[in-house]
Amino acid sequence: MNFDRIKEKLNILADAAKYDVSCSSSGSKRANKNKGLGDSSGMGICHSYTEDGRCVSLLKILLTNHCIFDCAYCVTRKSNDIKRAAFKVQEVVDLTINFYRRNYIEGLFLSSGIFKNADYTMERLIAVAKKLREEENFNGYIHLKSIPGASDELMREAGLYADRLSVNIEIPSASGLKLLAPDKNREDFLKPMRKVKNEIIQYKSEKKIIKSTPIYAPAGQSTQMIIGATGETDAQIMYTSAYFYKEFQMKRVYYSGYIPISYDKRLPSIGTEVPMLRENRLYQADWLLRFYGFDVRELLTKEHPNLDADVDPKLGWALRNLDKFPVNINTADRNTLARIPGVGMRSVHKIIHARRYRNLNWEHLKNIGIAMNRAKYFITCDSKDFETKDRTPGQLKSMIMQESASKFRKAYSSQLNLFDSNALPTL
Amino acid sequence: MAIYRYDSSFEGFLSCIFDFYEQKPNTLSIVPQHHNALSFFDTSEDVITDPEKAQRVWKGLKQKGGSETTTAIHRAFLSEIEGIEDILLSYIIKCFKEGLSIKNYADSDVLRISKVVKMVGREKHRMDAFVRFRETKDGIYFATIAPDFNVLPLNSTHFKKRYADQKWLIYDLKRKYGIYYDLHTVETIELQLSSDINTTSQASLYFTQEELQYEELWQNYFNSTNIASRKNMRLHVQHVPKRYWKYLSEKKPS
Ligand code: SF4
Repeated sequence: MNFDRIKEKLNILADAAKYDVSCSSSGSKRANKNKGLGDSSGMGICHSYTEDGRCVSLLKILLTNHCIFDCAYCVTRKSNDIKRAAFKVQEVVDLTINFYRRNYIEGLFLSSGIFKNADYTMERLIAVAKKLREEENFNGYIHLKSIPGASDELMREAGLYADRLSVNIEIPSASGLKLLAPDKNREDFLKPMRKVKNEIIQYKSEKKIIKSTPIYAPAGQSTQMIIGATGETDAQIMYTSAYFYKEFQMKRVYYSGYIPISYDKRLPSIGTEVPMLRENRLYQADWLLRFYGFDVRELLTKEHPNLDADVDPKLGWALRNLDKFPVNINTADRNTLARIPGVGMRSVHKIIHARRYRNLNWEHLKNIGIAMNRAKYFITCDSKDFETKDRTPGQLKSMIMQESASKFRKAYSSQLNLFDSNALPTL
Repeated sequence: MAIYRYDSSFEGFLSCIFDFYEQKPNTLSIVPQHHNALSFFDTSEDVITDPEKAQRVWKGLKQKGGSETTTAIHRAFLSEIEGIEDILLSYIIKCFKEGLSIKNYADSDVLRISKVVKMVGREKHRMDAFVRFRETKDGIYFATIAPDFNVLPLNSTHFKKRYADQKWLIYDLKRKYGIYYDLHTVETIELQLSSDINTTSQASLYFTQEELQYEELWQNYFNSTNIASRKNMRLHVQHVPKRYWKYLSEKKPS
């Protein structure tokens, strides 16, 4: 190994890859086979955490940061004056295997700048994954980037080796994309996504009939949007998300607060704060769509195009819909319970279980762990003294905020817990 | 009060339970042998570990409470928390007598046990994540740990499944034993470890040149993947409490 050279490449190509926030290594069912190396049938493990609190689970690198495109929001863009480097296929294989053997990582997340053309780049990514699987008998986790514009044949092949595939649409609106990445078009992003989606559907149906059907991208697809680089509203972002969840059966949509990396006039200037709170609110809204049975049209509308900064999106929704409250904890169905501010999905399960034996009162609810400072204004239970006063949404909001002023800070700085897919936050 | 002293093994503990049912003392406390806080009025007895007795108790518990119960008892035992034996004894009596479920949290022993089990489980997962193997000159992937609880027996399956094609050894420095996988089975071993095994300046005595290079690459990777403008040390320390930093080569000062 040419150690110094590898080290330099690793520094450049890890640094360039870090803006992709996804680091999930769960959801695959690939078990160790033939006494080879690795196993990704478990939960996914964070082997370390960066100083910004993000999970380190995969070796996340670019194959190269040479790129023929010039997307304004990207450090790798052609016109940016930076050091360029490229790994050889074997070098990535060796790094992955050796990091994995030492229990540093769960696997590899390989992305790349686009050199020559989409297919040429995609072929190289596949070559790495194929070598890992076939020559090294590696059963760890592999996440490959789908290169926009890559051909269907290559996307088919990629899914045979990768656990997850992702294309980052990055810019939520077509007009924003036109402004910042004029040489890219939206269809190029969608094409590989569509192919992968169809392959997954086909795999699932064939698998039922023929047991030996080769496994295809078992951890599904994900995508990422940059937040705050262009002027999109939260509504535009979340409607786009909802579309991707529905149309492409995405496992996850990630939101990445824009980190200023350029003096380009079209973008927020260097030194602008990363919009972390907004990012956090979007993740909360995303959670409501995926686990709490909300429809995006309930959370964001033309009249209400942005999430509240000062209260979480579920509380915001409740304040706009006071006519649906109070809810009786002892009789309401599951979906209704899930909509009460301060009641997380875990509490919903516990309530449903516990109320079979007795009617629940405040004391029970506290023990179950629901956030009473928010919930108490929205529920009735088996206690007489509940909040009966009619209050306006504004009054309620300020009362709740006053009570949770100290907690607010805490909730804000633990936002990054959301990257941990096991952590279901209480909304 | 009667006191049984045992050799701090799990089998030893189960042997005590067996003897308890044979001798039926009125009140009993079970303590490890190295524990010497005996009062003048106590009668203490050294219980000899008997695998057969242990087996019978284990089977009985499984029959009565299912594998959920036995798993919980084993995990709570591994916590080594002072007095845990007596809480387990108190639960076991109720389990045999009235079939008290390990999930009946209204019972204070069950509640306490479930809390301890959770803590032990968390520590086990931390070790799955934070073990850092280093390849020795003999080609063994070697790691040392010093967990809060005695979780090593719980880690074995995870590492065996994952590292089926390499020899590895994880050594608990606190409890002075390790588990070693020789490409076929995992065995418990005791070693005389050199005291400088984890000393940076001596590393080249024990580990390959390549090993030291990969450590450096990993450290480099860790630094490159950080986003400075998002730094949040409070959250960082919450995820990786400082007492675990010693395991992590990426957190060694360079
Ligand atoms: S194509 Fe990808 S790597 Fe190249 S500049 Fe655009 S976003 Fe960056």
